[in-house]
Formats: sequence, C-alpha cells, structure tokens
Amino acid sequence: MTTDLTRASAADLADLLSRGETSSVEVTTALLDRTEAVDGDVHAYLHVDRDGALASARDVDERRGRGEDLHRLAGIPIAVKDVMATKGLPTTCGSKILEGWIPPYDATVVSRLKHAGMPILGKTNMDEFAMGSSTEHSAYGPTRNPWDLDRIPGGSGGGSSAVVASFQAPLAIGTDTGGSIRQPAAVTGTVGTKPTYGGVSRYGLVALASSLDQAGPCTRTVLDAALLHEVIGGHDPMDSTSIDAPVPAVVEAARRADVSGMRIGIVRELTGEGFQPGVRARFDESVQHLVDAGAEVVEVSCPSFTAALAAYYLILPSEASSNLAKFDAMRFGLRVLPEGVDDPSAEQVMAATRDAGFGDEVKRRIILGTYALSSGYYDAYYGSAQKVRRLIADDFTRAFETADVLVSPTAPTTAFRFGDKLDDPMAMYLNDIATIPANLAGVPGMSVPSGLADEDGLPAGFQILAPAAKDERLYAVGAALEQRLLSSWGGPLLDRAPELSTAGTTTKGA
Amino acid sequence: MSATTTDAVISYDEVLERYDPVMGLEVHVELGTLTKMFCGCATEFGAEPNSQVCPVCLGLPGALPVVNEKAVESAIRIGLALNCEIAQWCRFARKNYFYPDMPKNFQTSQYDEPIAFEGFLEVDLDDGTTYRVEIERAHMEEDTGKSLHVGGSTGRIHGATHSLVDYNRAGIPLIEIVTKPLRGAGERAPEIARAYVAALRDLLKALDVSDVKMEQGSMRCDVNLSLMPKGTDALGTRSETKNVNSLRSVERAVRYEMCRHGAILDGGGRVVQETRHWHEDTGVTTSGREKSDADDYRYFPEPDLVPVAPTRETVEALRGTLPEPPAQRRKRLQSDWGFADLEMRDVINAGLLELIGETVEAGATPAGARKWWSGEIARRANAAAVDVSTYAAEHAITPAQVVELESLVTSGRLNDSMARQVLEGVLDGEGTPTTVADARGLQLVQDDSALEAAVDEVIAANADVAQKVRDGKVQAAGALIGQVMKAMKGQADAGKARELILAKLTP
Repeated sequence: MTTDLTRASAADLADLLSRGETSSVEVTTALLDRTEAVDGDVHAYLHVDRDGALASARDVDERRGRGEDLHRLAGIPIAVKDVMATKGLPTTCGSKILEGWIPPYDATVVSRLKHAGMPILGKTNMDEFAMGSSTEHSAYGPTRNPWDLDRIPGGSGGGSSAVVASFQAPLAIGTDTGGSIRQPAAVTGTVGTKPTYGGVSRYGLVALASSLDQAGPCTRTVLDAALLHEVIGGHDPMDSTSIDAPVPAVVEAARRADVSGMRIGIVRELTGEGFQPGVRARFDESVQHLVDAGAEVVEVSCPSFTAALAAYYLILPSEASSNLAKFDAMRFGLRVLPEGVDDPSAEQVMAATRDAGFGDEVKRRIILGTYALSSGYYDAYYGSAQKVRRLIADDFTRAFETADVLVSPTAPTTAFRFGDKLDDPMAMYLNDIATIPANLAGVPGMSVPSGLADEDGLPAGFQILAPAAKDERLYAVGAALEQRLLSSWGGPLLDRAPELSTAGTTTKGA
Repeated sequence: MSATTTDAVISYDEVLERYDPVMGLEVHVELGTLTKMFCGCATEFGAEPNSQVCPVCLGLPGALPVVNEKAVESAIRIGLALNCEIAQWCRFARKNYFYPDMPKNFQTSQYDEPIAFEGFLEVDLDDGTTYRVEIERAHMEEDTGKSLHVGGSTGRIHGATHSLVDYNRAGIPLIEIVTKPLRGAGERAPEIARAYVAALRDLLKALDVSDVKMEQGSMRCDVNLSLMPKGTDALGTRSETKNVNSLRSVERAVRYEMCRHGAILDGGGRVVQETRHWHEDTGVTTSGREKSDADDYRYFPEPDLVPVAPTRETVEALRGTLPEPPAQRRKRLQSDWGFADLEMRDVINAGLLELIGETVEAGATPAGARKWWSGEIARRANAAAVDVSTYAAEHAITPAQVVELESLVTSGRLNDSMARQVLEGVLDGEGTPTTVADARGLQLVQDDSALEAAVDEVIAANADVAQKVRDGKVQAAGALIGQVMKAMKGQADAGKARELILAKLTP
C-alpha cells in the first residue's frame, strides 16, 4: 500500500504507526519536505523546527521499538499557533514586539502535546496578537489561502488552517477569541473546534482577551479534531478558569456520528441578510443532510445576537489593552530607544518600543480599550457590553431549551482577496458576526466544510454550536454531516483544491 | 536622604485654634504566607535579587495567576478580627498603570468588591481611654517589585544613571486596610494615628498572619490628611504621605502635615492634592507625584481569576481560629497579674507583654517576671538601642532562665544583689543562672555558726552601736547588719543576720 503520508489523517497515521507500517521520522520528514516545497508560497509558518521535530520523532520511534505503551497520537506531528509559549522555540504572536523572544516555559497545551509524544513541527502565522480575520495583520507578512494564493486564509489563525489545508501537517493548534479557529477553517475547507471556555487550559496562551480566548484543534477531519481535543483538554491547576471535569466524550461522539432524534436549531439572526448566496446554499444543503440522517430542524431566535459584535468590540479591546500592557521593553522582547533623546527615561523607552513594535490594528484596539475603560466612560461602554454579554448568554440558554445544537454558516462569505477589507475595519469585523456569540457566552463551536460556493468555487463552512460542556454534540453533528458530504462529493473536499507549486522557490525560508 | 526644600508651617496650637484635622490611614501589610499571592514562588525577605521569580510573577506572556488560598484565609481572618463583614462573593480587579517594577503593568487588586468591609478597631490611648477607629475595607492585592536607582546622590530616580529592578517582592500577598475618615480627633489626631497603627500591628501579630516589621516594609502606612476650618463641615483637600514606616513617624507625619496645611490655609492658599514623601531624619514631608482626579487606573474585573466566594461555614470556622483581641487580652492579663495601670502601661510600651506572659507561664511570679525583664534586661537593651525581645534573642536570655533566676532567690540560695550578678553573667554569655552562680561561687552562707561568729565579732568591735540597740534604738541595728554583711563578703542572708543581732542585744 502506498499512502501519501502528508495527506493522511491523524487517525490513519496513528493506525499506520501502531502497525509499524511507517515511522514517526518518516511521517515528520515527509511533512517537513512538503513545507520546504510549498510554504514559500503559502507562508503558513513563522518558524519551522526541523531538528526539534525530528528529534522527538526519533525518540517516539525508539520508545515504540522498545514496546513502550504510547499515546494513540504519539509520533504524529503537529503545528502550533505562534500565540502559544513554547520553551526554547520563538514565540512572536505575529508581532515585532516579541521578535527574538524565546519563552522559558511551555504552555500547558504544548506540554500535553509533548507528553503525548507529538513532534512539534513549528509555529504558525497569525494576525498580530490574534487581532484580525485574514492574517494580513501579521508583522511578518500574510499567509495565503491554499485554494487561491491571492486570497486570505482567514484569521487570526490563518497559519494553522493553511498548514493543515496545504498538507504540511495533519493537525494544528489554533486559538479562537471571536472565531479565529472556525472562520479560517471555513475559508480553507478544514475543520476547527473552539471548545467550551475553560475546556482547554489557557496557561501559556498569550492572552488577547482573557474571558474570550480558547485554544482548540485545527484538522482536516472531525475525528482528528476529537482526538486532538482529547489530548489538549481537561483541567489545569495553572489556569483558574479551567473547568475541573473530565473532557467530554468527543472521540466516541465523532465515531458514532449519530444525530438521530437530535434537534438542530437554525438561528434566524445568523442566516439572513449579508450571507453570500453560495454560502447559504451549502448551508441549506447541509441542514438537509442532517435531516436525512435523522435530525429534526427547529428555528430559534436569539435577538441579542445583533448586538454581539458591538459588545465584543468593547470587551475585547478593553481586556486586550490591559493584557498587552506588559509589552513594555523592560523584561523581554523588543527594546527601542527613542530617537534624538539623550538619557531616555523608562517611560520614553516603553513608548518608543510600543510605537515601533505594535502594528496599526493592535494600536487601534489598545486605544479603543483604554478609552472604553476610562472613568466616566466605563459604565456606558464596558458596563453596557457586559450586560449585552449576559443577554446573549440568556439567548443561548433559551435556544438550547428547544434545540440540542444551533447551526449557522460559519462566516458570511468565502475567502476574500488580500486588501479587500484592510482599509475598512468594520467590514473585516463583520466577518466574525456568526462566530462571536459563542465566545461571549463561553459555549463550544465547530466549523466543518460544507462544500464550495457556486459563484467562486471556494470553500464554505458550517458552524455547529452546543451548550457549555456539551462539546461532544459538536462532534456527533460534525461527523454525521462529514460522512454524508464525503459520500456526496466522492472524497474529501480538499482533493478539489488546486495543486500547489512544489518548486519551493518563493520568498521566505523556515 | 534629606529634604532640600522646607514648606512653611504654623505651630500646632495655632492649627488647633482654627482647624479640625480629618485623617484617613491606609496600611499595607505583607502576609507571611510561604508562597506568593498568585504563584508558587517563595517569599523570603532578603533573598538574592530575582531569585524568587517565575513566569507568573514576572508577568511573562501567557502566564496566568492562581489565587493563594492561604492568603485568602488570612485576609478573612484579618477582616473578622477587625469586626468587618466578609463578602460572600467578590472579585479581583486590575489596576492599570505603567511602572517598570510592576511586571504586568497592572496590579491585581480588589476595587469595589473588597473581601472585608465595614469594621472597627478599638484603640487604647495613653490616658487609658479607648477610641474606635472605623474601618472602611480590607482588600487583597499583590506587591510590586522594588526599584533601585543607581548613580544619583539621593537614591531616588532623579539624577540616577540607571535603575535595577528586583522582582522578588512582586506578587507577595498584601492586605490593604483602609480606615474611614477619622474626624473629631482634634489635638489627639497624631496620637490616635500612632495608637491605631500600633493596635493594628499587635492584632496582626496575634493573628500570626504577618511579621509586621515596619522597618523591613512588611507593614507600611500611608497618611491621608486634610484640615477643616473650625465651624464648617467642608472637607479640605488632602495630601497623601506615603510609606511612613515607624510608629513614631506616623505620629510626627500627622502633626507635620497638620502644621503645613495650616500654614497654606492661613495664607489663603490651596492645598495641592498630591503624594508626599516622609523624611525620617528631618521630620518633614516633601512633594512627590501630583495626584489629581485625572489619575485613572481603568479598573475592571480580573478575567483571569474566578470570584472568591467563601462559604459561611468557612468564615465561621476561620472566626473560631481568632485569638483573643489584644486589648481584651491585656485587660485580662493586668487583672490576673495584679499590675497597677501605670505598671501595665510601662510593660506594654516597653514591649514586654509577651516575654512577661511567657515567663509567668513558665512558673515565675508576675512581679518577679516584671522586675527582671523591665529592670536590668530592659536597661541593657535600651543601651544597645534594640527592643527587649531582640536583645533577649541575641543574648540567649529566655523566660525559662528568668524563672530559674527567681527560684534561686526564693529557694534562699541567692539574695537580690547576687541574683543581679548572676543575670549579668547570663547576659554576658556565661551560661544558665545556676551555671553562672556555681562558676562565680555565689551562694548565701547557710552555715549559721559562721554567721553567728561574725555577729559576735561585729558586736564586740562596735560596742557603742550595740549599746544603742540594747537601749531600744532598734534602727541602729542596720549599721551592725552592714558590718556583718561586709565581713561575710555579701554572701550572707541579711534577714538572718538581723535576727541574730536582735536576739543577742534585745531581751
């Protein structure tokens, strides 16, 4: 049997490894070679750790050779979004201000990957400090969508989705503050899950907005997402907001793919105006597949969702303005001395560094957040936003009384062209309209590919939302839909993506 | 460092003629927990700079805080001891401002939801009366790092060529205790301020939650003060004098600020709302950072921490661990020991309460314990300019040894003057009281025949004095007793000598 190791799912690779039909070194090498060939064009990685990945691959192969009892995903390589602290590996968050910073510790997610014996291939590109929906705000240049190199791969985690979509890794870690796992998954034809808030430790995840951030899996199949979710999920005493309960039975749900009798709620507010016709069409089709699989469809209304974007863009910048205050040139990262100042003060160095080190979008949000928290404005902005947040959570609670899961298109459009929304922040923000409510309420969400939009032939995403701590429902619905779509397509959606040039010529090296 | 500019002041009496002081005291206390407020780093004082740090207390990207449960317990116990209500649910908040020794550029503190609020502390004043200080709140927060400004002459940032930052202190748990504005204290404001801080220190010590060493900064006091013109109730503008770090300085700083504010107001000026620095050496304050209402810390609830919600059972269980309130305990001890008010006050002011208590507990009489500790030992400690307990620790004198010393006297082995010599020996490191007495050969002569012989000799040699005694002038026996003691080289029981002399000379 000849399997293209770069195109195999993690579940299949795990079988091959356990049967001794391939080795972790072989898989890791194949993926690293693929990166060398295609990532000059895609630019999914900010940093590739060939030596480190191969060393841990060798280690796992040796342990397997000795007959050690290994984790199911042992030896399966993974890429990690550059927002996660990795001991000894650069962690820039897509920002100049962290250029050259090597964390002295591992994020909990990263140490769990290492503990499972998963080689870390490298760190993936992202919008600076996860602020954006296109990776155009990365200080190191954008990632390109493997479906069309002139288009955005989504954001902020465009690197993690593109790395998976371009077969440079079977798995990647993303983080989702307002859709940064789900929207990139949608526009690259991949799978992404934002677990319940507190389901995966945030320790070592460089915070954008602490009350919204959540790390999760980026994969090509629903089962792979479940397998990875299981590795990284679960209680962490280092994160006070981590849920002290076992990881929901996501793998079992993904395998059973059973939606019979399940009530699927279509959110009225997330399906109307502003959604691209091809995206709508794929969404309607997907709903029909679920009905065919035995689910029941109900329509639900979540009236407060219309205020979600406004609340989000007050809460996020407020928290971000405080979270990003630590980037002050005093203890780590970039230090810039102000020009033409003899004997500058610490405050002047801080100001010069932050001016040079932060990009425009980051500055925009720091200014917004600083303003929203100011005395005299706090109640009107941050205070009101928190009330809206409460109302959105109440909407979810009510909706989940009549539906087991809620569904919507993940993003209103397919991937847009570079520069299309760069000068119009509001248009960029609107791309997250369907994903943001889940972050505000802390409920889990998933995006699975629903097909290609007729008008542009680009992937669209189907979003599933479940009640907090019921992440397994995402996997049941996602897997059932995936099964039916795969048989209707006659193979994975990504098989229809254009072949990337493997010349390995263009700009950047690892 | 000393103050270079001197503000105008008026006399204290003039202030009191025209103004009423209003003051508020904010006391920061470092808790004595083994680990920091939000991470597992050690809190030992004086460790090598930056040796007690981790990603959390250095504020490294991605690190998250976890609340120290012990610190919360201490905070609740402090709140209860201050007769406060304990919040059933409260949150931490971020206080945002930039400073190089604050790793995250926000301090994790509490804002409008303190763990303890609405309490009071009864404070004993010198004249024996009690003043109730109303407590507004006690809240939890973390300490900052420490900046060392190098290259300037003052140690302050002005003129320094560079600064070093030690983050060992960053993240040490702090409790900030804030009084309500204290009004109507009048001339006693400075005394009340000192007495309050002293009472608070005693309370925290009794709670065993902090080492409350003002000189090491584990307890720091900020004094807010303003004046109201007499006959009005319009609050004046306040100044905030930071880091007043001894009891005496608290009293002096209040008095100084009253005199300074008085001079400004007398001259028709406006008091500037600002932070002031206290100068221990010159006894004045100087202007620090101007603090205005524009200071905006942009507080918001800390999203990285979950709310603190102690159950009522937890609170009641902690209430059960409270020690007897210090003021109440002092009253009880005074009555148990039979000390006069003045004696008790001296004991307290000299910091001898605990030592005497332990000594009595170990078997000494209260009067004996007081005599030895407040006599020779206190005198020596005073000469060495340290407090008695420090002196005692340095010179290996313990309550048990004081008990031993007293028993050497009561058993008749030593008289008082011999006991004093023994104590000197102990303090000079010669060993325990018995060892010293043995080594120095101090022992009352127990052999009556030697004493009797000495008495006979002295009577024979002083026939005229002896005759006076025979004639009924009993007090003249004193001269004979002195002669006998001299002949016995001090090692006789003077009482017994007197008995023998009188037996021989009176019918």
